[in-house]
Parts: sequence; structure tokens; C-alpha cells
Amino acid sequence: MTERVYAVHPEPDMVQLLTPEGQRVDHPDYPLDISDDEIAAIYRDLVLVRRLDTEAIALQRQGELGLWASLLGQEAAQIGAGRALRAQDMAFPSYREHGVAWCRGVDPLDLLGLFRGTNLGGFDPFEHNFQLYTIVIGAHTLHATGYAMGIVRDGAMGTGDIDRDTAALVCFGDGASSQGDVNEAFVWAAAGNLPVVFYCQNNQWAISEPVTTQSRVPLYQRSAGFGFPGMRVDGNDVLACFAVTRKALDDARGAQGPTLIEAYTYRMNPHTTSDDPTRYRLADETETWKLRDPIARVKAYLTRQASVPGEFFAEVEQESQQLAERIRSGCRALPNPSPESVFEALYADMPAELDAQREEFVSFVGSLDEAVH
Amino acid sequence: MTDAIPATSPAPITMAKALNNGLRKAMEDDPKVLIMGEDVGKLGGVFRVTDGLHKDFGDDRVIDTPLAESGIIGTAVGLAMRGYRPVCEIQFDGFVFPAFDQIVSQVAKMRTRSAGTVRMPITIRIPFGGGIGAVEHHSESPESYFAHTPGLKVVSCANPSDAYWMIQQSIASDDPVVFFEPKRRYWAKGEIAQTPLPLHSARVVRPGSHVTIASYGPMVTTALEAATVAADEGRDLEVIDLRTLSPLDMPTVLASVARTGRLIVVHEAWQSFSISSELAARVQEHAFYQLEAPVLRVTGYDTQYPPSRLEEEWLPNVDRILDAVDRSLSY
Repeated sequence: MTERVYAVHPEPDMVQLLTPEGQRVDHPDYPLDISDDEIAAIYRDLVLVRRLDTEAIALQRQGELGLWASLLGQEAAQIGAGRALRAQDMAFPSYREHGVAWCRGVDPLDLLGLFRGTNLGGFDPFEHNFQLYTIVIGAHTLHATGYAMGIVRDGAMGTGDIDRDTAALVCFGDGASSQGDVNEAFVWAAAGNLPVVFYCQNNQWAISEPVTTQSRVPLYQRSAGFGFPGMRVDGNDVLACFAVTRKALDDARGAQGPTLIEAYTYRMNPHTTSDDPTRYRLADETETWKLRDPIARVKAYLTRQASVPGEFFAEVEQESQQLAERIRSGCRALPNPSPESVFEALYADMPAELDAQREEFVSFVGSLDEAVH
Repeated sequence: MTDAIPATSPAPITMAKALNNGLRKAMEDDPKVLIMGEDVGKLGGVFRVTDGLHKDFGDDRVIDTPLAESGIIGTAVGLAMRGYRPVCEIQFDGFVFPAFDQIVSQVAKMRTRSAGTVRMPITIRIPFGGGIGAVEHHSESPESYFAHTPGLKVVSCANPSDAYWMIQQSIASDDPVVFFEPKRRYWAKGEIAQTPLPLHSARVVRPGSHVTIASYGPMVTTALEAATVAADEGRDLEVIDLRTLSPLDMPTVLASVARTGRLIVVHEAWQSFSISSELAARVQEHAFYQLEAPVLRVTGYDTQYPPSRLEEEWLPNVDRILDAVDRSLSY
């Protein structure tokens, strides 16, 4: 049997506003007027979420977390998108969106419970308009789409009131793009002209499967067949990710319909702390992507072209240390769940028949504790 | 609970009309109630259960969706997050499975995962069961899959009055409810009671002393027919309409078994790992010394749902129930 040869699409130009060398460039469709102070604030976010990630991996290695899904390499894609959101927008994350969570103001310790095994998510998604992590990939694209249907019915779109008009942003990956739910969400969003932005971080790998396993065309082109715009942005360029997402969210809030954004990036670490990428990808590839590091280019820009004070980088580093210490001690202090807690919040109106099971579980565990003491 | 149903409607109405009236009342009572599904708008649903609602409540509240069941439930999750109370119609029982992940992994878990901060007041209506001469995937009884899942509640109505009240109670519930409608009984008429029973309660629909028949949905009518025939033979059957499948109303079942000492469970669904499996387990655990005979089951067989020319024989019917009564009384 002869091997089938597919047509290869040339890589399209990606929207880029900051080159890997730290050079600011313009793009006609995405003008960005941003001060050096704002870029410095973005740099701080990038450094701090990378530190959060580093600490979480260390905690997993020490046995304090059962698992961690690292965002290394995707900081720009997440901080750019996260900073483009307004307070009233709702973000729907996958399970790697620690950077988006950071931008929404979610306490990093609230993200750890799921991975430590002290809860199943556990935080109030409406406190920061950031929904719970979704592990079934793509399922939440429909939630975001339904939420956008609610926005339309609430008249919270296209009014011109910047504090009222609302959009939903949903983050997913290249692997999830193959899910039926994602494609159904595209159908719904297009047919209803819904205020939802589909933010696909193409990090090139779905665990061990390269993106060519998922698609014959660049992912951003998928939206064309559904009838809404799609574009590819340099996912390691935080300024471009910010500008492109801001435009898409503005369009959504302004009743211009959905957008698919493909943030073209790279998962520098294993899929999770349980993964071994040496079995399926070459170290050379990772080395190539290191040259496109999302933080290095911002630092290069700030160092060479901006007027940030000399002590700025030292201050960020100090803040990073403090965050690390807080994560380490805070993680270890997360309380273990009690036996009765698995029965709590299961139902708004708890069936009486579960009382007996709860009593049995609580008293049996309690009797073991008594036997030990 | 045992009760006589006081009539309030001027004339008996069909179950389909009772559901329609119940949906209309729920939409009038709460502007956050939405109806969504395939063909629920202008057509009024393939069974006409949503007839006229689109005309009166408009596109925003009666939503003809794209033809994708996972999308129906998944977008309902998002609407619920935004404060809405969606009522989703799955057109036929066999079409619910594309939505299975959204129901059991998303809808069912969301409240727990969010420590109680996200409500999922979603009602999922599913016309179910056979006996209508349909082609495959149109006659199934998938209730056990959902009754098995923590976080969901599962109910089934057997008469127009319960249909009218239970659909409103399900919509008002802050917990997600999978609502099974016996499609072969859509056109049977009945009077509407003035007041409802609590949603999660069973009802003794025919008191008796010799054998308890527990059933739900389409088989309640069949069980009552069997009881009428049995009475001619001097056998006094008690018939329970379970109404709620998750949670089960065990006090009503156990009280009945304490009176009769014999239990037969009747449903169309496959036998193994079913509602009858669960009832048998609980009754032997909690009424072991009251039982005069093993718990028997009259159910669909553990095969694919048969071609329609065989369904009358395959489904539980009066003869199969009477045969089980004979066997129960022979102990």
C-alpha cells in the first residue's frame, strides 16, 4: 500500500506585534496603542504565572499535588487573552488556563485543590467570572455558547454600554478541536450570531498526537465553513494575543458575532506531570521553540526600548519569590475533605435516602479513627 | 401515599395536552423558563407537546435548536449558568445518547464541583418506551443510566394529572431532572387533580392485599389492567406508581410489601441493572422477614429492542404480569 500524500498548506502569516527578538511591529488590522508601563505590567503577569507553574510542578514532585498540567510556553497566549476580558465577560477554561485565571483575579491556591485532591474545583465561578476547569475537552465550548445565548436574551450585547455589553471567551486546545461538542458549538454560535470567542491554543501536541492527527487544514480555517471569521495569531506574542482577542471580544459584545482565534504556540513541558514526551517528540523541536520564548521577547523589549526603571526586574523577581513561598505553604495548608463533604452540594434538595449512606460513611470512618487513637 | 384524585378540569384531557398546559404555566410563572429542542417551535414538537408555545412566547423562549443533542444540553448548561431555567426536549429516547456526556459529566456534576455555587435547574424531557410500532431507536427505556448517576433526579409520569403537575415541579426544581414521558400514553385522557403530590413520592393507585405490583410510566396502565383481570380470579393486586425513580420512594414500597408480602416490579426497560434490580435489592435488605416470595420482575428482555412486529410479545403485558402473579403466589 502506498502512503497517501496530502496537500500541504503553506503556513499563513500570523498576526504579530512583537517579534521573538523583542522588536515592536505594527499590523494594519490590529493597531495597538500601549504604554511601556502597561507592557511592564504584562511582563510581571508573565513572570508570575510561570513561577506559579514552576512551583506547582515542584509540589507535584514532592507529592503535594497528584498531578499538574503545565502552561510553560503558553504564558503569552493566556495573559494576552485574559487581559483582553472585561470584568463582566465570562471565561470558560480548559484545565491549563492558569494564566487566564491569574488575569481574572482567581487565587492560585484555588486552582490547586483540584490537583491536590482536596476538592473537585471548589471555587465560585461567578466571583471572578471564571468558570471551573473542564477536563472533558471541548465540553465547555457548548457552555460558553449557551451562556452567550443568555447574554443575547438579557439584552447585554450591542447596546454600546461598555459596562453592560458582555462576551463569553472559551479556551480549548488543538486536540479538543476534533470533538463533536466544539463543532456543535461552532454551529450554534454561527447560526445564532452569538457573542462568544473561541480561543484555541494550538500548542502542537495533544498529549502524544501532533496537530496533523487532528486536522488537514490550519485550525483557524475551520471557522470559515461554519460562517464566521478565524485568524491565527502568534501565541507566543502577548501583545498580538491581547490585540486580536480584544478585537474579537469587542466584535462579540458589539453584536458582530463569534470569532475563532488560533493562538499558535507550543507546549514546552510534558502534557502533565504524568507524561513522558521523549517517547513521541524530538528535543530539537523544543529547542527551536525556546528561541520563541514568550517572556524573553518582552524582557528584551523592556530592556532595550522601554523606559522602565532599573530596579523593575529585581522587584518582579522578589514578588515572584513571595508568590512561590505563598503557594508552597498555602498548598500544604489546604484542608483535606471530610467524609460528609462528598454528600454536600450534591443536590439543592438532598434526597432522604442518601442520609443513610452519609451516616454510614461518616460513622464508619469515625470508628476507624477511634480505633487508631 | 394513597389518594383519590379530585377533578378540577372541566373535562378529561390527554397527557400531551396536560404537559402542554404544564409547560405553559411554568413559562407564565417564571420568565427565565425556556423551551429548547428539535422541532419544538412552529411544529410544536413531533408529539405536539409544545404546541402553540412558540406562537405565544416567541423565538427567545421557545428555541428550535440545530439538530445536535449534545449541543442542546451543553448550551442549556451555559444558559443555566446565566440564570435561565431551560427545559430541553430530546425528541426520542434513543437520541439521548449523543448528549450523555453533557448530562452525566457536566449537568450532574456542576453543583458539586462548584461547591454549590452553580445551579443546574435543567429539565430534560424524554419521550420513552415502546408499543407504538416505531422503527429502531424510537422505543427505548434508558432511565436506568440516569438513575444510576449521582447529581441527577429522574421521574416519570403515568397519567395526565401527574404529567401536568410533575413537569411544573421538575422545572421549579433547582436540581436537574430527567423527565420520562410515556409516549404510548400521550393520547390517553384523564382529569387533572387540584393539587399535586410531592414530586419525589410514589402513589398507591390501586389498593390490594395479595401481591404488590410496582411500576412507572407506560406500564402503570398495564399493571392496572392486569389487576382488573386478576380481581375476576379472586386475586387482589396492589398497584404502585413509583413516579420517582431517583430518588426512589422506598417507604411507600416497603409499607406495601409489609401488607402483601409479595412484590413484582414491571417496566419496559431491560432487566439487568435496572430499576427493578435496585428495588429487589432494597426490598430484600429492608423487608427480608416480610417477604413471602422472591421479588419477581416482568420487564423487557436483555436483548436489543425488537422489530415492532414482535414488540407486543417482548414488552410486559397483562398475560406476563398475571403469570408472574401466579408464580409469586405459588411460594
